[in-house]
Amino acid sequence: MIRIANGQGFWGDWLEAPVRLVEQGPIDYLALDYLAEITMSILQKQKEGDPNLGYARDFPPLIARIERRLRERDIKVIANAGGVNPIACAREVRRLAPSVKVAVVLGDDVFGRLDGFLAAGHVMKNMDTGEPLSAIRGRILSANAYIGAFPLAEALAAGADVVIAGRCTDTALSLAPMIHRFGWKPEEWDKLAAGTIAGHIVECGAQCTGGNCQMDWQRIPDMANIGYPIIEAEPDGRFSITKHQGTGGRVSVDVVKEQLLYELGDPKNYITPDCVADFTTIQLKDGGPDRVHVSGIRGGPRPEMLKLSIAYSYGWKAIGMLVYSSPQALAKSKAADRIVRERLDQLGLKFEEIYTEFFGVNACHGPVAVPNPDPPEVQLRIGVRGQDRKAVDRFTRELIPLVLSGPPTGTGFGDGRPPVREVVAYWPALIPRELIQTSVEVVE
Amino acid sequence: MKIPLSRIAHARSGDKGDMSNIGVIAFDPRHYPVLAREVTAERVKKFFGEMVKGQVDRYELPNLGALNFLMHEALGGGGTLSLRIDAQGKTLGAALLRLEIEASESELGS
Repeated sequence: MIRIANGQGFWGDWLEAPVRLVEQGPIDYLALDYLAEITMSILQKQKEGDPNLGYARDFPPLIARIERRLRERDIKVIANAGGVNPIACAREVRRLAPSVKVAVVLGDDVFGRLDGFLAAGHVMKNMDTGEPLSAIRGRILSANAYIGAFPLAEALAAGADVVIAGRCTDTALSLAPMIHRFGWKPEEWDKLAAGTIAGHIVECGAQCTGGNCQMDWQRIPDMANIGYPIIEAEPDGRFSITKHQGTGGRVSVDVVKEQLLYELGDPKNYITPDCVADFTTIQLKDGGPDRVHVSGIRGGPRPEMLKLSIAYSYGWKAIGMLVYSSPQALAKSKAADRIVRERLDQLGLKFEEIYTEFFGVNACHGPVAVPNPDPPEVQLRIGVRGQDRKAVDRFTRELIPLVLSGPPTGTGFGDGRPPVREVVAYWPALIPRELIQTSVEVVE
Repeated sequence: MKIPLSRIAHARSGDKGDMSNIGVIAFDPRHYPVLAREVTAERVKKFFGEMVKGQVDRYELPNLGALNFLMHEALGGGGTLSLRIDAQGKTLGAALLRLEIEASESELGS
């Protein structure tokens, strides 16, 4: 049995979680997930500004902080912290934590290969809209293929203490140690599917140990000290989900069910580069306090195509807010919204979308919100999105004047004009897997 | 009798681009047939009204006593494009639990 912990569900997750995982009990592997779909484009821009950047900057200081524990307890780390510059990330880890052996997994970054792909007839059409990639070629900011667990397992086999990848699947981070330690082969679909589903359960960190849990949330203990998840994996594909003793949160069948369904598509076809996992075969069993046994998982052959994560510059947006108090807080907010829209109209400004929400009334649930006819205060939130940056910038100047020139009690403008933000959009596409060759490089 | 879905089920929701997914799970697996009968894709689509512009797909996971709903064009463009505060649809599962369903006393007996 090996123990694989997840200490980071996204870049920005709790900084103490990975430290506590290596301090508070036994683990063999620490998986850390840093990349969301648009993170790559942000990192690409950072790299263009400075060739030594382009990776998750929280990661090297973390390794320095836990360096001694990793060595004492022989814990290996697997992270997709490399972003678009895994080598620079590895060098920084080596600089801050000289005793760890670092390996990087390369080959996911296809930003410089897109024109070659297009010339060879790969259309890379948008999986959601069907549009060909050529429609946005000039606006692309980053392009990466999702790679699977086998290249990461290869890096572990090279003796790395810390494996740094770029755009691998979140589930690969947890599956890789199982492949490495149990010698699972590429055609062992059921085992690979089991490891993939284990990875899915823990990839969002504490979401499988009681975080963001709707079931019985008020009685989930000590969430301030919530324990992050640990997979106890067996060579035959069975595994348990648990957390360190004495930590907060809860691991139960109900909690694990919620996370199994999180961001799930067709449950019979959970597609990864390693296999296709079938969530309708999962059997869960209560294994006692804070422990769930998982078994029965079946899987099918890996796909011939790999998914590309492409980010491109889409346009601009800004979201502004004003607060109105009772009496008639909602009526005042609605009046202010009408005035702003009329003034934008008079200026002749065109937007792709203008969207208004009334905080405290319907912002989250829209038309199905519980009616609240006379709230004590309402925050008016107006957003615009468009291709014309000047129009969006002009919009940001149209809210605050209402404090003096609109309905009474307008307040909450202390932060000034809202910022204009670039909208970086995501373009999911497919590419034949034989075009993606990965390699492992040990950084001394 | 009419009961809110929240009496027999919990839920978690999230995003996949401009799609929102909602997992609905029976507290008691014996109530799964009630879920499967009452919480149809059509009723979920009708419940959310103008919020969900596209189709709603339903997938069944009887092994977990659960249903998974994929609601297309439900997040105002999704991801970075969306102008909504809940651009990831994280609160939509909680909203769906207010859906009124029909269940008999004998079905709900434990």
